[in-house]
Formats: sequence, C-alpha cells, structure tokens
Amino acid sequence: MLKIFVPKDKMPRWIGRIMDGARVFAPVKEGDGYRFRLVTRPDKLDFSYQNTRLSPKELVHPPAEAMFSYSLKKGDPKAGILEEIPKALGTRVVMGIRPCDAKAFQLVDVNFVTDQYMDPWWQRRRQNTVLVGLGCHEPCSTCFCTSVGSGPFDAGALDVLMTDLPEGYLLEAVTEAGRALLADAPEGAPASDTVLTEARFLAQQAEKALPRLFMLDPLREKAMTALFQEAFWEEVQFACINCGTCTFLCPTCWCFDIQDEVHQQEGVRLRLWDSCMFPLFTLHGSGHNPRNQKLQRVRQRFMHKFKYYVDKYGNGPACVGCGRCVQYCPVNIDIRRVAAMMTASCVCPT
Amino acid sequence: MHAYTEKIREAAQRLLTEKKVDAVIGFRHGTVPMMSEPVCVRHADQVHQLVWNGFCGINLANYLAKRKDRVAVTAKGCDSRNIVIHLQENQIRRDQVYILGAPCHGMVDRRKVWEFLKGREPLQVMENGSSLKVSGKGFEEVLERQAFLQDNCRICTHRNPVIYDELLGDPVPEQTDVDRYEDVRRVEAMDSEGRWRYFNDLIASCIRCYACRNACPLCYCPTCFVDESRPQWVGKTLDPTDTRTFHLLRAFHVAGRCTDCGSCERACPMSIPVRQFTKKLEKDVKELYGYEAGVVVEGRPPLDTYRPDDPQDFIK
Ligand code: SF4
Ligand code: SF4
Ligand code: SF4
Ligand code: SF4
Repeated sequence: MLKIFVPKDKMPRWIGRIMDGARVFAPVKEGDGYRFRLVTRPDKLDFSYQNTRLSPKELVHPPAEAMFSYSLKKGDPKAGILEEIPKALGTRVVMGIRPCDAKAFQLVDVNFVTDQYMDPWWQRRRQNTVLVGLGCHEPCSTCFCTSVGSGPFDAGALDVLMTDLPEGYLLEAVTEAGRALLADAPEGAPASDTVLTEARFLAQQAEKALPRLFMLDPLREKAMTALFQEAFWEEVQFACINCGTCTFLCPTCWCFDIQDEVHQQEGVRLRLWDSCMFPLFTLHGSGHNPRNQKLQRVRQRFMHKFKYYVDKYGNGPACVGCGRCVQYCPVNIDIRRVAAMMTASCVCPT
Repeated sequence: MHAYTEKIREAAQRLLTEKKVDAVIGFRHGTVPMMSEPVCVRHADQVHQLVWNGFCGINLANYLAKRKDRVAVTAKGCDSRNIVIHLQENQIRRDQVYILGAPCHGMVDRRKVWEFLKGREPLQVMENGSSLKVSGKGFEEVLERQAFLQDNCRICTHRNPVIYDELLGDPVPEQTDVDRYEDVRRVEAMDSEGRWRYFNDLIASCIRCYACRNACPLCYCPTCFVDESRPQWVGKTLDPTDTRTFHLLRAFHVAGRCTDCGSCERACPMSIPVRQFTKKLEKDVKELYGYEAGVVVEGRPPLDTYRPDDPQDFIK
C-alpha cells in the first residue's frame, strides 16, 4: 500500500485540505488533559499528547445522545410515533488516534453490528469515519497493549498509520479509505528506504519497552464461571467505590441506558452511557437486583473484559491496554494486577 | 519507610491476634506513582501489606458506614472527623471502630506534580521528610513537598485526629495562619452573572461518573437522588441543567457535614475543583452557627437541630 513522507511544515496544508472535505477530530488540550474535539484549523492540531483523558469512543458512541423525539398530544396524528432526531453522521477523519483506541472500535463493532441486530448510528459513524492513527514512540508506564494482543504501532484497526519522525511524518495507508486520503497529498513524497527503516526501528523500540504482563490463553480454556467463586475477588473489590470512572474512560466499555425525558406533551428518547459499576445498572423492575453487592459488580467488569467477551465472540479480550482505568481509578484498582490474578489465579499480595 | 508504617503493622498484628478487631482498614502500596490503595487486612500474617505515606489521601471513613463487624482504621485528621460524623449519624457505633490516629503532614496532589513535570512521566516518587524525589526517564527532580499538597491540605486546620484510640506519632503543629476562604470570597465578590458563569465553567467537563460523590464518606444514602428512577428526579444527560442540579444538590446535601477532606477532588477524573461548591457552604455554616463539622462528638450539628432562639425568624 501507499507510503508517503510529509515534512512537518507541510502537514498543516495536507490536513487543511482534508478539512475541506470532512470534519476533522483530533486531540486538543483541555484543562490538564487532552480530548478529541472537532478542529477547524490545521494549526490547532497537537500531536504531542500521550493519551487523551476520555477515549475517542465518545465520537462514535456519544455519552448522551437524543435518539428520537415524540409527541403525546391528543389529536396529533403523529402522537406516539418515534421520530429519529437528525444526527451528524457525515464523513469524518480522526487524526492522531492511538492504535489501541482504534482497536477498541473494532472490538466494540461485534457488539453493535451482529447478525441479528444492527445499531444504525454506530454503524454509520464507523463507516464514515477514517482513522489516521499515530504510533506511540513513548508508551506510558501504565500502557500494556502488547499484553492484550495489540501494540504501539498496531495498524490493524487504522486506515492510515502515522509515525512521527524528527523531520516529518511517515504516513502508511492500511485500507482503501486510507489510500484515498494519501493519494491526494501532493505535500508528500514516496517514503524512502531510510525513512522506512527509521520508522521500523522506532516501532520496535517502543514495542520492546512494553512488558508482557500476563498470558490470557489459559483463561480462555477455563469454563466460563470457573473464576466466579475465587477468593481473590474479595480482595480486589474492597477498595472500589463503584464510581463510573473506569468504565466511562474506557474505550471498550459500551454499555448504555435508555431513558425518556418528557416535558408536558413532548418527549425525547435518550441513550446514555451506563456502567456495570452502578447499582442501578442491573436493578430489575421488580426491585430485585442480581448484582446487589459491590463484589458482584467489580467481578462483572473484569470477567466481562477477559472472559465473557472472549467466550462469546471468540475474540478479544475486551481491553486494549490503554491504561486509563489504571491511571484514573481513584483508589488504584489496577486491571493489570487483576488480570494477572485471573490468569494465574494467584493471590499473592504485592 | 514512613515511621507510621511500623506502628500500623504492629498495632494491626496485636489487634488481630488479640481478636480485638475482625479487620484492619488501611493502605497498601499502590501500583502507580503517588497512589496508595485502601486495603482490608483480616489476618495477622497479612499485616506487612499495610503502609503509610503521603499518598493516602482517600478518606477511609468511606469504608465504615453500615459495617457490622469491628474494625481498626487508620485515620488522618479529616478521616477522624468523618468518623465523628458517622457516629453522630448512627452509621457505626464507637465500640465497632478502633481508631489508629495519624497526625497528618498533608497529602500529595499528584496533579500538581504532573503539572510541574510538563508531560514528563514520573516513574518513581519518594518522600523524604519535607521533600519529594521524583524521577523518570532521563530526569530527577527534588521538590519541596509542601508546595505539592492537595489544596484542602494546604489550608487544613485539623491535621491531628480529633478522636482516636491510639496515636501513630506525636501530634503535629496545627496550621493557624491559613485563610480558608480566600477563593470563596473571590466568588462571593462577583455579580450574580459572574458567579453563574464561574460555576457553569467549572463543571463544563463533568462526565457524571459520580466519582466525587462515591469517594465521599457522607454519601451513603441507600439510593442517591440522582439514581431515583421511579420517577426520575434529576435528568441524566450532560445538559448543563442536569449536571448543575447534581452538583448543587450534592453540595447542599453535605452542607454542615463536609470536612473538606478533598476526596471528591482527588477522585475526579476530569480534575474538576468540586470543593468550590462545598466550601461556600462550609463557610456559611461556620459564620452562621460557628460550627465546624466533625470536630466534637457531643451535641448535634446545626443543620439537624432546632433551637427556639434561632437567629433566623423564617422558621418560627
Ligand atoms: S474507577 Fe476504580 S473505584 Fe471507580 S468503579 Fe472503577 S474500579 Fe471501582
Ligand atoms: S479496561 Fe482499562 S486499560 Fe483496558 S481498555 Fe479499558 S480503560 Fe483501557
Ligand atoms: S485535609 Fe488535613 S487531615 Fe486531611 S489529609 Fe489533608 S492535611 Fe491531612
Ligand atoms: S467526579 Fe468529576 S466528572 Fe465525575 S461526576 Fe464528579 S465532578 Fe463530574
């Protein structure tokens, strides 16, 4: 596939042209962190970030989305009929997404687009979004992508992979959509062998810097509920305060809740991020709650990521090793530690 | 190793062996720099997990409400005040808690260290008396610990536990020359439009994850008002009205109870200074009733008492 090299000073021009044809989302500094936002000026792009605080899942799966509106007015011929609220589903380019976050979209695809069901908004947004990824030279100490089947230069879920080199960027097309983007880049020149070698070297260095922390294969072989009664859950769950931080920041957590908001005779049907950490998550209409205890909720999160997802889809795990939950869990519950316990059933205190 | 660590382990060993308590709640070493993880130790052979350091900022009173067993707990000044509030609010009985009081030197705010490092990642942070040694790939910095404390710790006037069964060290001098409400007065001085804007901007990036609420020992209601769903009390979207309602109601619900332990701010993944809401109410309670939450066990807090000589006449 097409590989080009674009000098740093020419990047804004290339990105500017992309902006003419598509909405461009990229990491932007906000407060003390970065976040993916719509960017309309090429000089506003900032690739000096390590990882965004919130994952880019919000671009495809918004935290609070008004899906439908309806009327309850007596006599209104449309009363009681759900009408789709128009959404911005047009062409988009996400610039500078990390390979792990892109991989997360792929992992979540199997949930929203199945043989039986298709989530139209997830599907259309995914289809109309081109992912221009940025390889990680310097993974954070909390990153563990290589332990969960990805890597700092994993191009598997990207359309274009960018490598940041001292004088410019190596841009490698991965898919047809990516190729089309690069074909229209007079700012670039075909990448030389020197550039390619330099980039490979950086990628290898980054990969080597990441430790392999656990092996998930033995867990795959176990019965689905084999770990259910393990004593270590008691230890793992103690500190958890059941907030939504880990799941809201996570690029692969997809759970949502549907709520209606009615004002007088008008209503909207909303889709809102939800979290298995919240007691309300599994509360039945009858008042019964099958996950009434914190331990059950904490166990669910880790079992879903490393066992249920893997068993159900023959894929995964449903964690890309971005390290957000490790860094921001207010009580330092570390998924790397839990995964190590789950795979070896080891309860040794650290 | 911090001097308290040995003391905590020794006490834990003793209390568990003598069966004075069923468990000891404290902290263990974290897996990332500047974090310690709350831990519950039930067996004497596990007491070596317990540690103390400047990263034990989370309020452990949060793990006490409605417990059935007897536990020992390490408690900083603020934690001890929240234990007092738990006692006043009947969340736990005094004979169920054995308090290992930790006179406190203030807790480190890792965000301040991050900010100072400007993108360089700290891989190890060690405390040495009044300094912090921060090292990472290709750098080492020695910082003055005091300058990197949590905002609430910098203005804390109750560093010594107000209630305890054992002290882990000599009492520390209390800070007396601090102005607790400088920021609140700045907001009070704004016109109403300015204040409206100030608070709206403050919470603009809130994702309604409720880490601030859940990190708070006062938030023990079986069903929080934001979770009431039959019918729904508060909208669940990120609409500014909904988010504002959550923050304002939460602040009022902890009025006269908040000890300014800073757990909420510490927990927020979006770095929102949520104490800006609670501090105003703390100041009001102090000015109107001369009351500080959780400092003395005896008597009732002003917002759950009725007095015929109440200075305000709307209630008569
Ligand atoms: S972020 Fe930490 S405390 Fe909050 S729910 Fe997740 S594991 Fe529990
Ligand atoms: S579980 Fe944690 S490390 Fe894994 S993808 Fe989610 S946030 Fe990242
Ligand atoms: S608020 Fe006071 S007692 Fe609590 S951690 Fe800070 S300095 Fe220590
Ligand atoms: S912790 Fe922060 S982001 Fe979460 S609800 Fe509280 S203020 Fe909002």
